[in-house]
Amino acid sequence: MVRFVLNGKEIQIDTPPDRRVVDLLREDLGLTGTKEGCGAGECGACTILVDGESRLSCLMLAAQLEGRSLTSIEGLSQGTGAGLHPLQEAFVECGAVQCGFCSPGMVLAAVPLLEKNPDPTRLEIRKGMSGNLCRCTGYVKIVDAVAAAARKMKNQPEKTAAEDSAP
Amino acid sequence: MKKGLLEVGYAVPRQDAWTKVTGEEKYAADYYPENLLWAGAKRAGVPHGRILQVDVAAAQALPGVVAVLTRKDVPGTNRQGIVHKDQPVLAGDRVRHRGEAVALVLAENREVLAAALALIRVELEPLPGVFDPEEALEPAAPQLHERGNVLVQAKIEKGNVGEAFSACSVVVEETFEVPFQEHGFLETENGVAWQEPDGHLVMIVSTQAPFRDRFEIAHALGLEMGSIRVISPYLGGGFGGKDGATVQCLLALAALHAHGRPVKMWWDREESFVAGYKRHGARLYYRAGANADGKLHALHCRLYYDSGAYAHLGGEILELGMEHAGGPYRLPHTLIEGWCVYTNNPIGGAMRGFGVCQVSFAFERVMDLLAAGLGLDPLDFRLKNALQRGDKNCAGVTLVHSTGMVPCLEALHRHALWTGRENWKQGAGPCKKRGVGLAAVFNAMGYGRGLPDSAIAKLELTAAGKFRIYSSVPDMGQGNATAFLQMAGEILGQDASRLELVPPDTARSLPSGSSSASRTTYTFGNALIRACQEMKEKLCHRAALVLMADEERGFALVPGKVRHLLSGRDLDLEFLAGLLPEADRSSVGQFVMPVAQDVPDTGKEFFIGFPHVFFSYAAHLAYVEVDELTGKIEVHDYLALTEGGRVINPQSFEQQVHGAVAQGIGYALMEQVILEQGEILNPNFANYLLPTSLDLPDIESLAVETVEPTGPFGMKGIGEVGVNAPLPAIAAALEDAFGVRLTRSPLTAIRVLERLVQTS
Repeated sequence: MVRFVLNGKEIQIDTPPDRRVVDLLREDLGLTGTKEGCGAGECGACTILVDGESRLSCLMLAAQLEGRSLTSIEGLSQGTGAGLHPLQEAFVECGAVQCGFCSPGMVLAAVPLLEKNPDPTRLEIRKGMSGNLCRCTGYVKIVDAVAAAARKMKNQPEKTAAEDSAP
Repeated sequence: MKKGLLEVGYAVPRQDAWTKVTGEEKYAADYYPENLLWAGAKRAGVPHGRILQVDVAAAQALPGVVAVLTRKDVPGTNRQGIVHKDQPVLAGDRVRHRGEAVALVLAENREVLAAALALIRVELEPLPGVFDPEEALEPAAPQLHERGNVLVQAKIEKGNVGEAFSACSVVVEETFEVPFQEHGFLETENGVAWQEPDGHLVMIVSTQAPFRDRFEIAHALGLEMGSIRVISPYLGGGFGGKDGATVQCLLALAALHAHGRPVKMWWDREESFVAGYKRHGARLYYRAGANADGKLHALHCRLYYDSGAYAHLGGEILELGMEHAGGPYRLPHTLIEGWCVYTNNPIGGAMRGFGVCQVSFAFERVMDLLAAGLGLDPLDFRLKNALQRGDKNCAGVTLVHSTGMVPCLEALHRHALWTGRENWKQGAGPCKKRGVGLAAVFNAMGYGRGLPDSAIAKLELTAAGKFRIYSSVPDMGQGNATAFLQMAGEILGQDASRLELVPPDTARSLPSGSSSASRTTYTFGNALIRACQEMKEKLCHRAALVLMADEERGFALVPGKVRHLLSGRDLDLEFLAGLLPEADRSSVGQFVMPVAQDVPDTGKEFFIGFPHVFFSYAAHLAYVEVDELTGKIEVHDYLALTEGGRVINPQSFEQQVHGAVAQGIGYALMEQVILEQGEILNPNFANYLLPTSLDLPDIESLAVETVEPTGPFGMKGIGEVGVNAPLPAIAAALEDAFGVRLTRSPLTAIRVLERLVQTS
């Protein structure tokens, strides 16, 4: 039995302690927004947030979630119907999404990047995102999107992500 | 969100971006139906051998194993392949590459599946292998197939090369070599399939060609094509690697033994490397000559493409390579000889730039050598020789459609990165050298002659008064789905909330070929335009009847309504949809891409695909800085000028160019499938390096617009052309920086350093 906070809700789940977190999310919990691209920690498609830090869910085991707080892409905002996180909005508007298979991981990797550095240079963004592979975009528009989200979030610092994206 | 008019010519964000960025969009890999089984293939592990026995007893006895299948369980021909059907679904007596599937396991879960695959014993008598296309042509070489090792040998000829060289004032010769390249899509090959109680087979699969898949599965497994339904959601990348059967036949076979349960097959990254298709490795021998007046005069080249163990589209890929072997230039005398040859390497297949990427390296470097020999500026030399509308290309085909090579080169000539290049080069820091290189490239659009490049688009006015497009060409990330919505929005006058797009589903949409060959938006777009026009006329006519107008003139579609403009009276689309019988609420448009009318009397070996008549063009410029101590090349700035007729969506256009350039820079600097006796030594992203955000510059893309009158809203496809230029442009920049000429790619630091040491 593993207890942790998943997208803001406390849950406990009966799972083998050595189950990969990516399988737990995708297969057991139906949260398929977390993607698997390599299974070896090389591509970043399976990025999640654990206690606010970006982590690779293909390299984490269920037991490592005990007592922690996990945010998957499904928990970052209320979804297309309700409103998006500024990073998600920026990815859409700037054209940072093509096939989109890297996008959830890219967006989540950018969250702690902007928390630690709200005003990054393009090179700092490139460094911060360099653990996440994208095969479609050449990264230009991904860097654009993170920079645009940073500007937007700086201008509305008092709001939380959820309030910011409310209609 | 997703509000506002969808119109052609505007940078509309792609309509699938919202669901992708929230994780809501379901790719094939995201389907986990209830009660599913997992399927997996046992791979040969040796490059060439005769199968003596496949012992599956231990695997079969493992609890949780539902079935273990071998060749004898395959009904039908057991042969897959798009044009040449030479690839077994499960090998029976012979394996020809290490990734060959020899057995198929169905298991309750992935753990049991892995254990069962490990328990299968494949007894093989090893056979000598051959791993180089030229060695495979030797009479004594091991023969892979009954008809030998030559998949295709062909010749494209024009003028008289034999005599032409003696008239040249400068003649250059060089040999080039390029490795296999991996597609590296992030969603590896996968799908789920099940058999309905009536025996029909349903498959949700990450594929570029759902309609053709049905044909391949039916042929290989002896099924009725009509009994197979293929659904293709958005793909997590494709780039050509999902054009043709990957998991499809294995998955269908598994579903036939699953007692109605759904089966999932998802190749992991290593299996994707080992069993998936790759861009062909090639060796290219070039000899070219020019006159003292700076005009290209003669080209003779011999091209050897390594097809690996099976054909896939090797013949057609060689054909494209040969048709582009002379570059986007006027060349009166050409002799282009080509061989696509079987070896025991992994299977070569379709990849963005389809055969053209390889020869672009050669012809563009040869252009630089000729320019240097003539003492001409490389850009002026290209401008002097660039193809224009009405010219014949190196294959002898008259370019009757839009031909934008010269405008691209002229735009480059005016650009600040070109005019400021000498200044920039002076600014290199200590132990660094800077160089600038350019490349001019082109890429054909469509299937070429012999295989009609056709699409059939279906459009429906739903009962809720919305327009639904039944797309039948998958969107693998290139943005064609959004282009279709824009075209429909433009003609039907509707905003995004009134337009829906159904991803390809062979049971709902109509056959329109593959998502490939830079043809997707052009061909399906033209068909869709016709369907939209028919729908518009129909609704204006029906509205006129309802409103008892004397004639249908004066009616127009506006968001949510059909309006009589003079009187201002209108009908809600919902209301009109309610009045119309279902059969009257749909329309169909069809289109076939025009073909060359003057087929040259050469290239006879190609029964399909030769020649092409539509091309997109691009001129690229690379600024590189090379570290003298490490040999590492850094691409500092990169400019891509692209002509693809009119731009439907500037944002999608830029995305395609950026992505193609990124893959081209990867191909130039770091990407290579490292092979030893047919074994991939780097089957993962730790050792096969894809460019990261730190390896690429802020690529600048500019559209050089022309109008292609046959295109939907004047466009041509540009998905591929951009991948062809980075390798020659960066190689030219390296030579500009140091005088070091590398003719073997990728241009890795170690290769640069070796040459620096040699030359110093």
